[in-house]
Amino acid sequence: MCHQSVGLIAREIEGAGISTLCMASALDIMEAANPPRIAFLDYPLGHTTGKPNEPELQTDILTQALTVLTALDTPGTVTLPFKWTEDEAWKETAERGPDERLPRYETPQYQSKADRLLAETNNPSCAVCVETSPPA
Amino acid sequence: MSEPIKYITRIGEKYAALNYGTYKWAHVGEPPPWQPLEKPLSECRLGLIASGGIYVAGQQAFHYKDDTSFRVIPMDVNTSHLRATHFAYDLTNARNDPNVVFPIDTLRSLADNGVIGELTDNAYTFMGGIYSSRRVREELAPEVTQYLIEDQVDVALLVPV
Repeated sequence: MCHQSVGLIAREIEGAGISTLCMASALDIMEAANPPRIAFLDYPLGHTTGKPNEPELQTDILTQALTVLTALDTPGTVTLPFKWTEDEAWKETAERGPDERLPRYETPQYQSKADRLLAETNNPSCAVCVETSPPA
Repeated sequence: MSEPIKYITRIGEKYAALNYGTYKWAHVGEPPPWQPLEKPLSECRLGLIASGGIYVAGQQAFHYKDDTSFRVIPMDVNTSHLRATHFAYDLTNARNDPNVVFPIDTLRSLADNGVIGELTDNAYTFMGGIYSSRRVREELAPEVTQYLIEDQVDVALLVPV
């Protein structure tokens, strides 16, 4: 759903006169949402802009992705030339195992208990949270 | 390079096997709006939007039930203060190095090197696992867009998970 949400938001932003570029790893989901420009990185979900702790690779990926902003004259997708692994074995198992999603809890889900305490102590009203609401 | 994974098909098969209901993905037929970039990227002001559930320690985290709120993340944030929360992807690497879903250090380096003109003061993050595409369109998208307009950005980079 993440890709869908982002694709739909990109359409809204572009409609306001701002050029957008969507990164994507789930290409079919992103293309179904039909945003203006997609840079497709064929990596497992959770690595849309690179591998961890490889800043040079991350920079290379993003630099190439940003060229899509000027490379396309009409809506479309550019596939970036990076592979997660040479044999791409990860593709066989992706989204094929058991349901590993967490329950859809309705309370804030902190990375750690310390984060929760910090947020509740320092910032009870969450001044930095922007709550959106349905149009009147 | 092998073919991209057909996630819609694969996820549909996976949850059908578990007797879950069928999710109705958004298939948007109408062509997208189009705004050409009117100057070189090296002269552009760039904004960042990311859906991987990133927040800063001290901020309220996201919940997992169609949370359409977003967080304002200062672009000069200390990367070690970033956190990730989401119900639908393996968070291991994002928690180890947030740049894999929130390319903050990467963007700062590209701006320092002049590839990008400048960054906005803030990035915007949310938890993109929102089942209701209507609520994304009606609540989240217009609000984020308004922030970007006020930030006077030339280009928006969007990073899903």
